[in-house]
Amino acid sequence: MKKLFVLSLILLLSAALVPDKITGRSVEHSSENSRCFKCHGKIVYNYFNKVQDQHLTKRMNPYFVIDSVLFYNSNHKSLECFDCHSYDYKTFPHNSELQMELMPTCLDCHEGDEVTANYHFEKINEEFLKSVHYIRHPKEFTCFMCHNPHTYKINVRKNENIDETIIYDNNICLSCHANINKYHLISSNKNPNIIKKHDWLPDQITHFAHVRCIECHTQTTNKTLVAHQILAKDKAVKKCVECHSQNSMLMASLYKFRAKESRNQFGYFNASILNNAYVIGANRNYYLNVMSWVIFGFAVFLIVIHAVLRILIK
Amino acid sequence: MKEQVYLYPIWVRLWHLFNALLFLALILTGLSLQYSNKIFTLIPFNYSVSIHNISGLILAAAYLFYLFGNRFTSNGRYYRFETNKLFVRLAKQFRYYSYGIFKNESPPFPVSAERKFNPLQKLCYIIVMYVLMPILIATGLGLFFPDILPNKIMGITGIQFVDLFHISTGFTLSLFMVVHIYLCTIGKTPLSNFKSMINGWH
Repeated sequence: MKKLFVLSLILLLSAALVPDKITGRSVEHSSENSRCFKCHGKIVYNYFNKVQDQHLTKRMNPYFVIDSVLFYNSNHKSLECFDCHSYDYKTFPHNSELQMELMPTCLDCHEGDEVTANYHFEKINEEFLKSVHYIRHPKEFTCFMCHNPHTYKINVRKNENIDETIIYDNNICLSCHANINKYHLISSNKNPNIIKKHDWLPDQITHFAHVRCIECHTQTTNKTLVAHQILAKDKAVKKCVECHSQNSMLMASLYKFRAKESRNQFGYFNASILNNAYVIGANRNYYLNVMSWVIFGFAVFLIVIHAVLRILIK
Repeated sequence: MKEQVYLYPIWVRLWHLFNALLFLALILTGLSLQYSNKIFTLIPFNYSVSIHNISGLILAAAYLFYLFGNRFTSNGRYYRFETNKLFVRLAKQFRYYSYGIFKNESPPFPVSAERKFNPLQKLCYIIVMYVLMPILIATGLGLFFPDILPNKIMGITGIQFVDLFHISTGFTLSLFMVVHIYLCTIGKTPLSNFKSMINGWH
């Protein structure tokens, strides 16, 4: 019985102390966080109303509900709520002035941070400052418009399933561009209809399912792991051959973190694309191409010989 | 002087003309897509996609028209396959193309109202029209509606699998077209067969 208890304790502790793959720090499900999640982790919360002298159940503002499961799977799972939010939130009811607090930006933590140096946050910021989002909305647009700090996790580098990565990343764009309520947080313009705007794109469904918005709508560079310079719509990639060619730009973006090989053992170029998709022009086959030209050349050669002989013998 | 035979009714000639033009468009745009390049493309990629799709759909409709015509007119009888002494007849025709023609021998299977095609032609046309064309059209439709294709077939993506068949069949038919055009110069005069496909008389 004692052994069983010790074993259970070890299992519980190892579950609670999951090493954070990004920072290397141990992740503890902090008791402070649990206090917050007690109300903010649910759609309803309970409290004792001193004025009315009774326990009440109220609905939580849905924008203030934080999914603890998503949080503890996110990049920021090792943080405490008070690392970003004021410690004064510890008291309830919260002071209404706290809503006016200035939230930290990504660079407040990540600038010069050796642990996350690989991610080049400073370079990301440089690209972001050149992006159409920042240029048009310098005051309103922050990293958090795209990267929900409570749920965001790095995807394209870690997830083997590229289809999931595409859905995850595209949903970030769609969270504004297909949601008028969030879009209107920073713009009073009419949200463009994405389907109509992409009418020119053949096989729209296939494209939307197999590439991310940022493939065409960002300026790809080698400075950052994922491009953050979102381009104005007139500068977005519209030339099909940018992807549909042997030197496909997809290899520098979506497939950047997949094994690189100019062609695989079966002769396919840009072979890492083939696990999830097939891009005409990019995935041509070296051996089939050579074989087809040899066969075609041989046929033409025979025809020429035949024709010359016919003319000479006539 | 040998009497002329009316071998190519108007519907066959029209179908043949459209088929040839569509095929040319499909070959050129198909090559542009397959070898699309950032520096040079024969036809811009977006135009190639549109032209290839539209031409392919019209070609499929023309193929149905051809099947219908062969089913309900006497033209279908020229495609009836005879297995009797097939290899002997094929060898005879092959010998003519590769040897007899240079000795000014007469064709072993001259064209008549009953025999439009020699055995080699007939075998090729049957394979082309009743095996390769359906594969080309079916795979082309699959690529036109990629959402209906399975995600994976035999370990590779459905689109790649279908495209492999599509481009291989397209290549074989392109090769057939080149050989077909050349062999059409083997007539009474190099242009006589081409004239026949315009006026219908052989």
